[in-house]
Amino acid sequence: MFSTALTWSDLAFLAHGAGMTLAVTAVSVAAGTVLGIVFGVIRFQFGPYWSAPLTFALDIFRSVPLLIQLVLGNALQSIAKLGWPPFTTSCVVLSLYTAAYCTEIVRGGIDSVPVNTRRAARSLGMTWWQDMRYIVAPLATRVSLPSWIGLTLGVMKDSALVLWLGLIELLRASQILVTRLQEPLFILLLCGAIYFVISLPIARFGRYLEERWSPND
Amino acid sequence: MIEIENVHKSFGSLEVLKGIDLTVRKGEVVTVIGGSGSGKSTLLTCINGLETIASGRVVIDGTDVHAKSTDLNKLRQKVGIVFQQWNAFPHLTVLENVMLAPRKVLGLPKEKAEEIAVKQLTHVGLAEKLSVYPSRMSGGQQQRMAIARALAMSPTYMLFDEVTSALDPMLVGEVLDTLRMLASEGMTMICVTHEMKFAREVSDRVAFFHQGIMAEIAPPEQLFDAPQHTETKKFLAATH
Repeated sequence: MFSTALTWSDLAFLAHGAGMTLAVTAVSVAAGTVLGIVFGVIRFQFGPYWSAPLTFALDIFRSVPLLIQLVLGNALQSIAKLGWPPFTTSCVVLSLYTAAYCTEIVRGGIDSVPVNTRRAARSLGMTWWQDMRYIVAPLATRVSLPSWIGLTLGVMKDSALVLWLGLIELLRASQILVTRLQEPLFILLLCGAIYFVISLPIARFGRYLEERWSPND
Repeated sequence: MIEIENVHKSFGSLEVLKGIDLTVRKGEVVTVIGGSGSGKSTLLTCINGLETIASGRVVIDGTDVHAKSTDLNKLRQKVGIVFQQWNAFPHLTVLENVMLAPRKVLGLPKEKAEEIAVKQLTHVGLAEKLSVYPSRMSGGQQQRMAIARALAMSPTYMLFDEVTSALDPMLVGEVLDTLRMLASEGMTMICVTHEMKFAREVSDRVAFFHQGIMAEIAPPEQLFDAPQHTETKKFLAATH
């Protein structure tokens, strides 16, 4: 017969951890996406030669394991005496990590818009900005959405690594309970289920948008 | 008036326009014929500044298109261009495709832009397709939509770049009928085309391009019935 020492307050503790995971993910993905759009447009507009320094910097964030970035980020903010709490450090590092991936998604999305379509827009007297805003952005978003959803889900799971900075998110909360209750299998199963539950709406929302847009293409 | 003076244009080491001179007066229809790679389409993109030129001048109503001080976005509002590929904006309905530029470029209110768009779409026979997405229409219908989209900006001049070349032969007629209608209404047009019958019928003058040079320009009856240049004769013999 199954029995557990897990109490309602332990479940509330896990829920609090899940809230922290969501908060770190939301801030990092939002900031990373804004930066990714800016960097992606720069990468596309300036070409490989002039954007090489930016590409190199972003390649570092894409190549170095996130755990190392978090530890180094925390050490650097400490050396620089910034006094950032773990939440801020985690969000800053994860935002740059997200931006590095998002940049390529955005660049690829812009690249997918046919040159002739853009030419048609410019030939109607649209400015570069109007072309980007009314033609490129909607079309590139359709192409980029599946990759961006994948990135968001990936960042949500990768955000578990911020536990190394002392932030009590979902995985860290589970670890604490495992240490106290000695029920690793059940608690990790529960933790995985919570990750699934908070990821599912994002994946479903992405699919909804894809289906909504697809009849027009 | 469109004045093209000694225009040269190169892509890398390949010179595609080798000193073109052409003047198109208001209300005139000039068609440009010639083999592939003769520079016909490049000339059109140089006229509305989508391509830069190496030397020479293109002057539209007194404005030098390639001068640094020229506001090309403003200039393009009076020079409409329709391409071989219709280049519909796939995320917008037919009505939205035509309304977009009048709203965002001319700054017209939504109601006014819609009124203009409906008028132009009715003009090209697409009044029934306002809420349809371009992917649901035939190539000929999409091309007519592209023409309506350009006309919605009330251009003074229209440039047509082989607008029937990418169409199924069954759909060519409907697009040519639209161009005939515009010509009969007095629109100033430069049409690059491979449709000789159409060129003969609607043109005030026909220009024959060969290897980046305007080899011959004459009224249609003269160019088609009594061509002067050897290359024009060869080209016309090959197309008959």
